[in-house]
Amino acid sequence: MDFQGFDKAEELAPDGAITADPRPHLVVVGNGMAGCRAVEELLARDPAGWRITIFGAEPHVNYNRIMLSPVLAGEKRFEDIIINGPAWYADNGIDLIAGDPVVAIDRAERIVRSRSGRAVRYDRLLIATGSDPFIIPVPGKDLPGVISFRDMQDVETMLAAADAGGDAVVIGGGLLGLEAAHGLSLRGMKVTVIHLMPTLMERQLDEAAGWLLKAALEARGQTILTGADTAEIYGEGKVEGVRLKDGRAIPASLVVMAVGIRPAVGLARAAGLAVGRGIQVDDHMVTSDPAILAVGECVEHDGQVYGLVAPLWEMCRALADGLTGRPTGYRGSFTSTKLKVSGIDVFSAGDFAGGAHAEDIVLRDASRGVYKRVVVADDKVIGAVLYGDTSDGSWYFDLMRKGEDISSFRDMLIFGQAFASGGGQADPKAAVAALSDDAEICDCNGVAKGKIVATIKAGACTLDAVRATCKASASCGSCTGLVETLLAVTLGDDYSGERTERTLCKCTSFTHDEVRRAIVERGFREIPQVMQELSWSTPDGCSSCRPALNYYLLCAWPGDYRDDQHSRFVNERMHANIQKDGTYSVVPRMWGGITTPKELRAIADVVEKYNAPMVKVTGGQRLDIFGIRKEDLPAVWADLNAAGMVSGHAYGKALRTVKTCVGSEWCRFGTQDSTGLGVQVERMTWGSWMPHKFKIAVSGCPRNCAEATIKDFGIVCVDSGYELHVGGNGGIKVRATDLLCKVATEQQALDYCAAFIQLYREEARYLERTAPWIERVGIDYVRARIVDDDVGREALTGRFLFSQSFSQDDPWAARAAGAERELHAPIGAFRPAAPLAIAAE
Amino acid sequence: MMTADWLDVGRIDEIPVRGARTVQMPGGEEIAIFRTGDNRLFALVNRCPHKAGPLSQGIVHGHSVACPLHNWSIALATGEAQGEDKGCTPTVPVRVDAGRVLLCRATTLKVAA
Repeated sequence: MDFQGFDKAEELAPDGAITADPRPHLVVVGNGMAGCRAVEELLARDPAGWRITIFGAEPHVNYNRIMLSPVLAGEKRFEDIIINGPAWYADNGIDLIAGDPVVAIDRAERIVRSRSGRAVRYDRLLIATGSDPFIIPVPGKDLPGVISFRDMQDVETMLAAADAGGDAVVIGGGLLGLEAAHGLSLRGMKVTVIHLMPTLMERQLDEAAGWLLKAALEARGQTILTGADTAEIYGEGKVEGVRLKDGRAIPASLVVMAVGIRPAVGLARAAGLAVGRGIQVDDHMVTSDPAILAVGECVEHDGQVYGLVAPLWEMCRALADGLTGRPTGYRGSFTSTKLKVSGIDVFSAGDFAGGAHAEDIVLRDASRGVYKRVVVADDKVIGAVLYGDTSDGSWYFDLMRKGEDISSFRDMLIFGQAFASGGGQADPKAAVAALSDDAEICDCNGVAKGKIVATIKAGACTLDAVRATCKASASCGSCTGLVETLLAVTLGDDYSGERTERTLCKCTSFTHDEVRRAIVERGFREIPQVMQELSWSTPDGCSSCRPALNYYLLCAWPGDYRDDQHSRFVNERMHANIQKDGTYSVVPRMWGGITTPKELRAIADVVEKYNAPMVKVTGGQRLDIFGIRKEDLPAVWADLNAAGMVSGHAYGKALRTVKTCVGSEWCRFGTQDSTGLGVQVERMTWGSWMPHKFKIAVSGCPRNCAEATIKDFGIVCVDSGYELHVGGNGGIKVRATDLLCKVATEQQALDYCAAFIQLYREEARYLERTAPWIERVGIDYVRARIVDDDVGREALTGRFLFSQSFSQDDPWAARAAGAERELHAPIGAFRPAAPLAIAAE
Repeated sequence: MMTADWLDVGRIDEIPVRGARTVQMPGGEEIAIFRTGDNRLFALVNRCPHKAGPLSQGIVHGHSVACPLHNWSIALATGEAQGEDKGCTPTVPVRVDAGRVLLCRATTLKVAA
């Protein structure tokens, strides 16, 4: 369709319908972070005053472009990084024209035209076209397989390439290039980064930090070539590699060009707007045409262009204030940089190149991999580079922006805010309270302290409410601690305490449930990955979180996850129970509590052979052999295995025992074969790892000799079938079971038992027994899942049995055969006869 | 490499990362050699200051070990109990040379005595 003039255009709403909306029409070119943020700010001030149309070149709703790196890295899905979904457009009456970029602006007629031929009249036009990747003009730059890293389409191309495997080259060792390299590397590609300059991220980092970064990335398997100049990209019909000017050739099936970005000014320039390096705007983001505004990476303000997200927030505020008649003005931004490569903390802001007046204050802690450098001039902070510990980044940034005089605490400046402002004993709350209102707390979503405090004062009094309302800490979660402190500071005594739910441990600000959800939804596969992605505060966790994470991963990925022995408590690592003298006790499994002369003889032989000082009958109807040395455990197990016995898991957060009475086979009161059913239950459930220990009993009649009503799962046989009881405990706090339901057949009893265990495995927190779990979630919830929901129950049973197919290997047999010998044997011994000679193995 | 000052007790790769191995001494005492996640080695008498639990069997995290008996956290570098708990386990200087684990001879002999 050709453009036919003003009147025609006036009639055409974006969907072609005739509109008679009397409100002024704001047309936004660019559906990215800047365009949509500007609209959000406008709507916040004037929800209904404008008719709004947004054109986007990409076929998507508005998403968080800086979170493309986590999508590439597999830490987030596209859905997770959507800022405003379709509902936002609909609720605010915004017409979104996605996948159809604007190609021309007719300023005289105030009309924009799109590639498909749409013509839309505007009263105000907002250009938010962002920036374009800079493509270095080398031979081969147009080959298929050479891409940039700018939008979702690029990510999809990279993901497809990563699926095919092979080698990738990233040209450019700046922020974007390193994030691309990190993602591709996590996706299994062999990645080489080619960087022209001698150190990485030289615009943001000094040499020392750049070197630390290079070493850290190389340790993760990337190849980093600095001082490397690209001569050409070669390949027949598609990219095959990159050749450097020094002659080296690096094979690659994918080349990502990430050498920089340039403001996208083509549209503005063609329309005759004043354009320098970017579209020139005044303090209210108005271009040389008063009807046209511009915001974001495409603009030049006061001679500056910005390629980072932070200035957007301030620009959009100024723009919306201007549009709604209360102009405040934009005064330029200080910018800071954080690298979103998990586990590597890098922060940089301001001027760190030094100079005549500038003085450096440097702190290095090599063992922690920490490097901090603060640049001071005239008693003011003018720059900072932090590597390894960036927690004080926002404080230095704040000092810099305020131009605050630091002479009074200069000596302590480098040790960070808590130290400098309180002589080392500072209250962290006071430190957060001291931050100014415009100090950025959540970098992912650009939320400043003032906005969070306002959100809290407006009624968001929990972390979840803050996350839902203003998005602070809703993306990567690394500012969760700060947000919680703000809750505490703002609400004072009204703050219901940290969080109603406690965090998993001191190493993280996430709760058990949040960590588990993240593992499943974001597909975390290893403990270090969880710790990195969820910003663990310790290098490798603690004795609380490591076993919990090991269990959560084991439960989430049966058959797939490789158990981490060193994240197991000693008993589960040694497959026996440690006693106060450091020896172990050994409990072989006796199915349903039934034994044979052969088993008893084997146990008797072990007791004599290894001088076990005691044998005891346990509460769960087993025999416990005490006083076995760790060195003897494999031999003990070999002897017990030879008689057909396997591990009784008396040491584990696992199915312990199924206790039975003799039932209808012998007992004059027995109603069903409780022993036989107990054996079946134990055969089905043994070997399964659980949040905590798990005990089962089967009683043959309501006299309940097996004490089934204080077990985690108890079956009480009655004439007409089987009563299933759950959540009992005979420990510190005695709790009788709740009746779950009654079933008619043994098979149903088995299926319900499997489903219940799986529900407990998937939803209880690590080290939470069934009794407190059920008190927390309520028996009605458990009934709804197990009894009322047939499909759900069958799925739970299926997942349990699938998981069991990987866990019913006798751990003793493997050890008896020599596996993990080092856990049992000393590395060596000094003999009394020759105390100076070593008898290493 | 056995020298006047250092005793060679084995290869570093015989000690699992985030784990420990022990060296048995005459008289029954043991020295536990820990290898941390960042590949540092520490040696301590294998006895928790609390109730003599075998520290070598604990979970190694950061530069600490959690005693397997009552979860006391012991700093590997100093042998000191951390947090509210009080007590200290003797440490033994340890170093690695060409992949071999070396214990300080004098301190080791003192532990044995």
